Amino acid sequence: MPAERFEGVHLGRTPEEVEDEVERGVLLTTMDRAVGWARKQSMWPATFGLACCAIEMMSSGAGQYDLSRWGMELFRASPRQADLLIVSGRVSQKMAPPLRRIYDQMPEPRWVIAMGVCASAGGMFTNYAIVQGVDTIVPVDVYVPGCPPKPEMLMFGILKLQQKVRTTEPFR
Amino acid sequence: MNTDALANRIGERVSDVLVARGEVTAVVEREQLLEILTWLRDQPDLALDFLSSVTATHWPDADPAFWVDYELRSLSLKHRTRVKVGLSEGDARVPSVTPMFPTADWLERETFDFYGIVFDGHPDLTRIMLPDDWEGYPLRKDESLGGVPTWFRGATMPPVDERGMA
Amino acid sequence: MGEAPEITTARNGPAAGPAPFRDPATGELRQETMVINMGPQHPSTHGVLRLLLELDGETVIRCKPVIGYLHTGIEKNTEYRTWMQGVTYVTRADYLSPFFNELAYCLGVERLLGVEAPERAALIRILVCELNRITSHLVWLATSGLELGAVSVMLYGFREREVIMEIFEAITGLRMNHAYIRIGGVVMDLPEEGPRRIRNLLDLLPGRIDEYETLLHDNPIWRERNEGVGVLTAEQALALGVTGPTLRASGVGADLRKDIPYGGYETFGFDVPVRTEGDAYARYVVRLAEMRESLKIARQALDRIGDTPGPVMIDDPKVGWPPRLSVGPDGIGNDPDYLRHIMEESMEALIHHFKMVTQGVEVPAGEVYTAVESPRGELGYLIVSDGGHRPYRVKIRDPSFVNLQALPAMIEGYLIADTVASVASLDPVLGGVDR
Repeated sequence: MPAERFEGVHLGRTPEEVEDEVERGVLLTTMDRAVGWARKQSMWPATFGLACCAIEMMSSGAGQYDLSRWGMELFRASPRQADLLIVSGRVSQKMAPPLRRIYDQMPEPRWVIAMGVCASAGGMFTNYAIVQGVDTIVPVDVYVPGCPPKPEMLMFGILKLQQKVRTTEPFR
Repeated sequence: MNTDALANRIGERVSDVLVARGEVTAVVEREQLLEILTWLRDQPDLALDFLSSVTATHWPDADPAFWVDYELRSLSLKHRTRVKVGLSEGDARVPSVTPMFPTADWLERETFDFYGIVFDGHPDLTRIMLPDDWEGYPLRKDESLGGVPTWFRGATMPPVDERGMA
Repeated sequence: MGEAPEITTARNGPAAGPAPFRDPATGELRQETMVINMGPQHPSTHGVLRLLLELDGETVIRCKPVIGYLHTGIEKNTEYRTWMQGVTYVTRADYLSPFFNELAYCLGVERLLGVEAPERAALIRILVCELNRITSHLVWLATSGLELGAVSVMLYGFREREVIMEIFEAITGLRMNHAYIRIGGVVMDLPEEGPRRIRNLLDLLPGRIDEYETLLHDNPIWRERNEGVGVLTAEQALALGVTGPTLRASGVGADLRKDIPYGGYETFGFDVPVRTEGDAYARYVVRLAEMRESLKIARQALDRIGDTPGPVMIDDPKVGWPPRLSVGPDGIGNDPDYLRHIMEESMEALIHHFKMVTQGVEVPAGEVYTAVESPRGELGYLIVSDGGHRPYRVKIRDPSFVNLQALPAMIEGYLIADTVASVASLDPVLGGVDR
């Protein structure tokens, strides 16, 4: 689904829309849009599969629901070479420091998708052992609910992230 | 061996043997534990030489407060038995069976991690599931479930053990 | 341009200390072991497993696995939910074989209650469990292949898995973590096109398994990397409590489906593949053979389901899950006839539905230990009840947890690259290890 059809996405095409954008404070130059387009085309996820959602993430990367349609089939093992962190699965208290370390090791620009309800909000495990939402540890860009989310749901979340990268992030 | 014959055979050595729901349970004292496990393993018609599981349950208002549970299985004769040891609240120590069954290594560490039961003679009794600096033994009944309230728009939902539902 | 500044390096300048690679006293090359950390975030450790390896060059001298990075507190959480809700918790422990978790739990609770699921439900349970065994072995094959460098095996394994996942979705509504097997039976009957789709799948799979064998069986790279790697003798395996394909590849033909049958397996005809070499290649052969045996059992189960009409949930009002589910225009939900019955026709049925769904079953006090043969070994559940609506203690004896203890015995003395092959052949699922 091309990003243009999402509601509420202003690409600054007409002069009125440009004025609206300026009023809202988000003005993207052509350079920003070009770099955003290039960045979203080939994001490289870091391998951070934890639990059940990791299996659905692997299914998304496999043949049927192919993530390489969006340039993402290359899951980098080293976070230093990755720009997307898909936290897929439940994050336990013991795993929280390594998660933060991996996030810190990623160079900017970097984005985080919290895949599944356990990563988004703790899921069904409201107990002593699970971090209730990884947004308490790392800043999250897109939350994909589901237990586990179907690969199509994850792909929708990735497309939302790509739309965000392409249209709202200024080039730094 | 069927359950009743098994119970009778074990009853020759252990005084407290129970048969319920098709399972044989032998209740022993802590001091006799290793002896009884060795006897169960060495009898050729029992051959209970495979330890499946070690765990514990906590009964805070009862005495004994902890029951440590050993599930034994015979691969050759294809039957099972359970051996239980009762421990009181302030004296939660039991000899470790790791020298006899190396498989009990991690199983006993997990039981220690969750309940605080000390296994004397274990090669490396440290926390295994929880972070090393965790305080408390979470699966005891007097420890709460933990967790923070879930936030919705305009409402919160407390953690499961504080919700007040039957 | 002036003079180049003087640059002193360790080679030509005053040494800041002894050169790191020579012993100052003797001038000999120093040798010491190196402790490195593999994981918890690592592409090849099958999840969040951390291995502390002491290396001498490339050889592993000692290994200490550190687990607990996925500890979820499932066992404690079941104590605060009803018996039926326990199924949804327990199914996420070993997330690659959810049906086995549910089956062991439900068999245990049914034994405490003293009831048995109807025959059609028992056959459906066996059918989905064997299909689940196939999907679990496919994930093992895919990830092992990927870790050893055979990337195309990953895509082929997941291709087959997708076919089976879609069948699971048609039967249960979910691709993973189904909560389909419930106390008293299964929650919904097979859909109308279910048997036909499963038959198509059973016709498709043998050819695909032959493809894997053609790819890997005599592949010199696969053989080199797997033969003689991660050897576990039968005595070691039995002492360490290893079960499942790992034990059967070391020569001991113990399979709970044959030894202490449960749920109706004694009426099915299948073989238990056993090898004696005890290395990673033997485990590979055993698992591929097990996939074929599972196809046999699934075919028998499907034929018998066709001949066994009847309910799939027990009739007992104190035990059976009251709602009747069916597939509607927006997915699986309560059957409209059932809804009309409870909302308009019978107040008593409404109250009964309400009580069973909120409070659930009341299970008499006692304890049972039920074990099933999951794709990784003996999956046992110790279920303790104190006579109420909630479990008192649910202990999951997970096969991966116990099998992982055998890892140091398997990799000490081998190269570090063999560690990856050994861990892959052991097939641990960290969700089950840490629960």
